[in-house]
Amino acid sequence: MRAAASDLPLAFDDVSLTAGATTILDRVNLTIGPGAPTLILGPNGSGKTSLLRLCMGLAEPSTGAVSWGGRADAGPERRAILFQKPVMLRRSAAANVAYGLAQAGCPRGLRTRRTEELLDRVGLSALASRPARRLSGGEQQRLALARALGRQPEILLLDEPTASLDPAATRFVEEIILDAARSGTKIVMASHDLGQVRRLAGDVVFLVRGRLFEHAAASDFLDRPATPQAAAFVRGDLVL
Amino acid sequence: MSETVSAWQLIASGDATLFAIVRLSLAVSLSAVAIALVVGLPLGAMLALMRFPGRSAVVVVLNGFMGLPPVVVGLTVYLLLSRSGPLGELGLLFTPTAMVIAQALLVLPIIAALTRQTVEDLWLEYREELTAMGVGPAGQVATLLWDSRFSLVTALLAGFGRAAAEVGTVMIVGGNIDGFTRTMTTTIALETSKGNLPLAMGLGLILIFLILLINAAAWGVRLWSEQRAG
Repeated sequence: MRAAASDLPLAFDDVSLTAGATTILDRVNLTIGPGAPTLILGPNGSGKTSLLRLCMGLAEPSTGAVSWGGRADAGPERRAILFQKPVMLRRSAAANVAYGLAQAGCPRGLRTRRTEELLDRVGLSALASRPARRLSGGEQQRLALARALGRQPEILLLDEPTASLDPAATRFVEEIILDAARSGTKIVMASHDLGQVRRLAGDVVFLVRGRLFEHAAASDFLDRPATPQAAAFVRGDLVL
Repeated sequence: MSETVSAWQLIASGDATLFAIVRLSLAVSLSAVAIALVVGLPLGAMLALMRFPGRSAVVVVLNGFMGLPPVVVGLTVYLLLSRSGPLGELGLLFTPTAMVIAQALLVLPIIAALTRQTVEDLWLEYREELTAMGVGPAGQVATLLWDSRFSLVTALLAGFGRAAAEVGTVMIVGGNIDGFTRTMTTTIALETSKGNLPLAMGLGLILIFLILLINAAAWGVRLWSEQRAG
């Protein structure tokens, strides 16, 4: 069952992550508190996905420490993650959502109704009995979002959930995300889309090659970037 | 070709002895596969998920045991069950139960090794997602086995094929006793050496037909359920 303690603030204390000789994250200090969505911004290979995996607790820092609400050993109960390529269980769409609900401790008697609600929320009611792996990429993304929301997470981590979607589908997914944020879920979302920052972000974490360059309110980041790298990124120049 | 004709006649006439033999063979092999599944599926899945020192050696030995010589398994079970053996008290030697035990041991490595490979491949894909959902070890094993159920049908068929076709273990631990432990394969061996080729041939045809039938049924079930669950 759910622990009473909160996972927020989510804190990185001098966190580095290395794989062999490659430094993926380099001495990152970061505190993510409750409130409007936090967007992790940066070019490809800047360490956004690794940062999210650390946030979820799927990876251990090489040095430094990650803590959730001051606890270093918080289990995954209060968090959920949506991978860029979500894994679809070899079951129907509805069974995928029901599986997530079961793992989150939702009583058996409520699962069917909750599953219907969640599928409806992501617009997949008509495809409930379809094998999940036969759905299109965008549909799989929405199904995984429903599965993650079913966990009723305090923190929802999203890895570029709209990267392969067209504008209509992007708007649809962003509305679901904003809706979750309004009902109190802390959104932490990787993106490389400045438009998405304008539409969603409360604050921005800006990474380049594994280093944290800025952590600022979204409006400050967009209007008064403090570092040349951020300024270049906001201008739309290529940041390498 | 006269043997073939006589074989068909034997089948067509519904010979009672012949069908008793067929029934026993199927009962023994299917029971052995069922036992091997109950033990081998979780064993293979756990081996796929667990990391411990010497794991590679265990995997190599398990894979190697897929080619275990039936006569050696038969001999081992014979020694265990014989009057002076450690399990001699049970009086199981030369009974169908002994044949089931021996065939289950023969099939177990096949089921476990193929399950290990299948589940390990799927685990690579599922690992992070299941970890993020907080699924415990028992839940992981159950989820992976269920989600690789279509591929595992192949392991089941390989195991059944092995059990149904082998003659070495059932001959040694069953003793080929007429009307009691005589199976299709032991009868074929016996009748061939006696020169009674029509019966041997008839049984051979039935054996091949049954193996094909069971494979076709399994394939059909797999196709049908894949349509429904992906």
